[in-house]
Amino acid sequence: MNAPTLTRRGFTQGLGGLVLAFSLDPAELLAQGAAARLPGSLNNIRSLQAWIRIGGDGNATVYTGKVELGQGILTALWQIAAEELDLAPSRVRIFSADTALSPEEGQTAGSQSIENSGTALRLACAEVRAMLVDLAAEKLAVPANSLTVADGVISTADRLKVTYAEVAVQLDLTKEATGKVAPKPASAHKIVGQSTPRFDIPGKVTGRITYVQDIFEAGMVHGRVVRPPRYGSTLESVDDAAVSKMAGVIKVVRDGSFLGVVAEREEQAIKAREALVKAAKWKLGPELPDPANIHAHLKSLPNKTETIGVKQASALAAANARIWEATYTKPYLAHGSIGPSCAMATFINGRMIVWTHSQGVFPLRNELVKVLKLPAKDIRCIHVEGSGCYGQNGADDVALDAALLARAVPDKPVRLQWMRDDEFAWEPYGAAMSMSVKASLNAEGQIADWQYELWSNTHSMRPESTDGTNVLAAWYLAEPQPHGAPRGIPQPAGGGDRNAIPLYDFPNQKIVHHFIPEMPIRVSALRTLGAYANVFAVECFMDEVAALAKADPVAFRLAHLKDPRAKAVIEKVAAMAGWKPGEVGSLGRGRGIGFAKYKNLASYVAVIADVQIDRASGQVRVPQVWAAADSGLIINPDGLKNQIEGGIIQSASWTLYEQVRFDKTGIRSRDWASYPIMTMPDVPKVAVELINRPSERSLGAGEGSQGPAVAAIANAVAHATGKRLRDLPLDAGRVKAALG
Amino acid sequence: MAISLKVNGASHSTPAEPDTPLLYVLRNDLFLAGAKFGCGLAQCGACTVLVDGKATRSCVTPIGTLGNSEITTIEALGTIEKPHPLQKAFIDEQAAQCGYCINGMIMKAKELLDQKPRPSDADVREALAGHLCRCGTHNRIVAAVVRAGKEIGRVGQ
Repeated sequence: MNAPTLTRRGFTQGLGGLVLAFSLDPAELLAQGAAARLPGSLNNIRSLQAWIRIGGDGNATVYTGKVELGQGILTALWQIAAEELDLAPSRVRIFSADTALSPEEGQTAGSQSIENSGTALRLACAEVRAMLVDLAAEKLAVPANSLTVADGVISTADRLKVTYAEVAVQLDLTKEATGKVAPKPASAHKIVGQSTPRFDIPGKVTGRITYVQDIFEAGMVHGRVVRPPRYGSTLESVDDAAVSKMAGVIKVVRDGSFLGVVAEREEQAIKAREALVKAAKWKLGPELPDPANIHAHLKSLPNKTETIGVKQASALAAANARIWEATYTKPYLAHGSIGPSCAMATFINGRMIVWTHSQGVFPLRNELVKVLKLPAKDIRCIHVEGSGCYGQNGADDVALDAALLARAVPDKPVRLQWMRDDEFAWEPYGAAMSMSVKASLNAEGQIADWQYELWSNTHSMRPESTDGTNVLAAWYLAEPQPHGAPRGIPQPAGGGDRNAIPLYDFPNQKIVHHFIPEMPIRVSALRTLGAYANVFAVECFMDEVAALAKADPVAFRLAHLKDPRAKAVIEKVAAMAGWKPGEVGSLGRGRGIGFAKYKNLASYVAVIADVQIDRASGQVRVPQVWAAADSGLIINPDGLKNQIEGGIIQSASWTLYEQVRFDKTGIRSRDWASYPIMTMPDVPKVAVELINRPSERSLGAGEGSQGPAVAAIANAVAHATGKRLRDLPLDAGRVKAALG
Repeated sequence: MAISLKVNGASHSTPAEPDTPLLYVLRNDLFLAGAKFGCGLAQCGACTVLVDGKATRSCVTPIGTLGNSEITTIEALGTIEKPHPLQKAFIDEQAAQCGYCINGMIMKAKELLDQKPRPSDADVREALAGHLCRCGTHNRIVAAVVRAGKEIGRVGQ
């Protein structure tokens, strides 16, 4: 190897020796007194120094427990911190999740990072800035309110100056935040509200070490795992003698039905894995359900019902009301990260360090505590970016796999990336769902009554979401740890019932959520949870009932809405697309609309899609999509647009192409040929306009557009074909069959 | 016997076996981690590098087949400080979300621009048809490649 220039130190060198100077235990902090509730994540983590430090140079380091998943969150949080601190962004460093260093903010999920972490940083930074100004006022013997701040320089009107660097040493950040220092009004924002370029993109486009898949340590070795043919199988025997002698193999690791291998070189680990696949004898687990009847099968399983969103009219609809009903379905969907999940782990002196792209380093650590039987203080989980995950992909599972392999070869850092089929066959999918709706119209053509039922598995089996252990390998060890009973996520956010309560103003309504605990196929959180399916059903049914009422879909929606922000995004997208009531659809052009306020708590998004349908094949193409979004106060307009655009395109792919293939013998979607997604020539053009509301709080947007997009496309297909397709995906075969 | 490879203008020898896919040698022996493992099946494009100017899936290219070919990776195009026009265009268009697919997009686009300096939107979509993106950044990627084509044309590279 003659590469003298390649003397880079291990990526992780220097990270190991950090000493904790303060406690981040929220329970301990809260025990100091039952203080008033504070906004966002500040409520749970109140110590100012958990969020921010000011260095001797006057520069700031801010800490967040939220992680970069490709959504641009760290850039947005960095803008917020720089804004409130009155520092140039280049003087603010943001540090993301690490169980040894960062505030414990749980999972980065549910489009809540701006609302929770952003709010905490906004208030903490405003408070620290005020403390710095107070110190300067004391030093200059002038009133604090006579001072101004620019880029860390505090000045009087007659140009006496004190810098953050000069007063930083006196700053006491061990105090708890009060939440009482008002952040800047939007009118004073200079950094927030700007399309600040993302700081991670230059490295990503020049091949810099970015992802956990790329990191290395001196002496690093490579791991691979061998998974069973299907769920619940047990490893009867494996003749590993020959494999152990293969070139580079360091160790074959077996613990019950968990099987893996560690080798010197990555390609050696892959070859050894292939050999182990052949050498392993499995007792097969239970057969999977028949995919042809999957929705009926799920409905036949025991379920717990919960009634939500009940409204009772003083007078029920007239007996001669026109009634309409329909049932919709959504298949299992894969996260399908482009890069299979990966982790690096090293077990040194009884301590485990795991580099992971988990969405929640603290919950992951708590699962590792249970499986590895190590105290929490001896496990450190450090976030490093991975490929986009869109919910719970294999990130947490591969972290445990890597830790199990590292434990078997102490002192050797082990990097393990799943192979493509590991990811497709073993990731927890977004749950299959059924939705049935029945509505009646009054004499004025308004919806008088709305009855909605949905059937779904859970939408979160993440670490810590049950009493059990929610990482894959734990279930297959010699001493297995079960995953525990699934739980729903309560309203108003909801899980399977997310967005099941329509935002429309119906006088009489009832929503019944049938929560199915038994999971014949592994499921967990996929971007939007149940909202994608519920918005599909609600918004398709609104079009169906509008047709019954002989009303225009846009006008019909507006007539049932009171919320002015909801109306505004619908009116805006209709204007953008040049929506014309009464236009007749054709295979050459169908047009549809969809709308939702995500979770009924976050961003308002309305989408219009145009479709074209190929008569011969049934293939739907979506040439153009328009979207209008209201996310309250906008932190980074271009970043927000990127999220709305991305959500629409991902949703279009789910809607037209995707379903996890399986049969009784196991999962059949194992690569991109057996799980096709939308490709470049078929991607719609997307126009996004934002409604900025500086006086309103910022609303999560990363999951705001998927529901409206599926509804717009499905309604456009109905408009184009005159046929209502209620089963996703709207793939060529189904559309062709509907056209006859 | 060690195999010698010409990567980014320099010669490197590797202890890897001849059937080893180029991807692992680049990433683990040469510390050129820009090319990514996505599928190992030549289905997604994340591992793309140029072999004698031709976009090639390094995850299925055994090093023993490469002979004296010139291998070019994204690291050789440009740096953060001095980006290639394609890299600059991707930054200007903010054409990444997670960014895992971007190596392949840029390397395939490099091949396209070398053959067709001013591609249309449709040309770019067709060229990148075999490259998967999951975040939905496609339109920004296309815009970045079209922009880079115009920029290269303007400065006459």
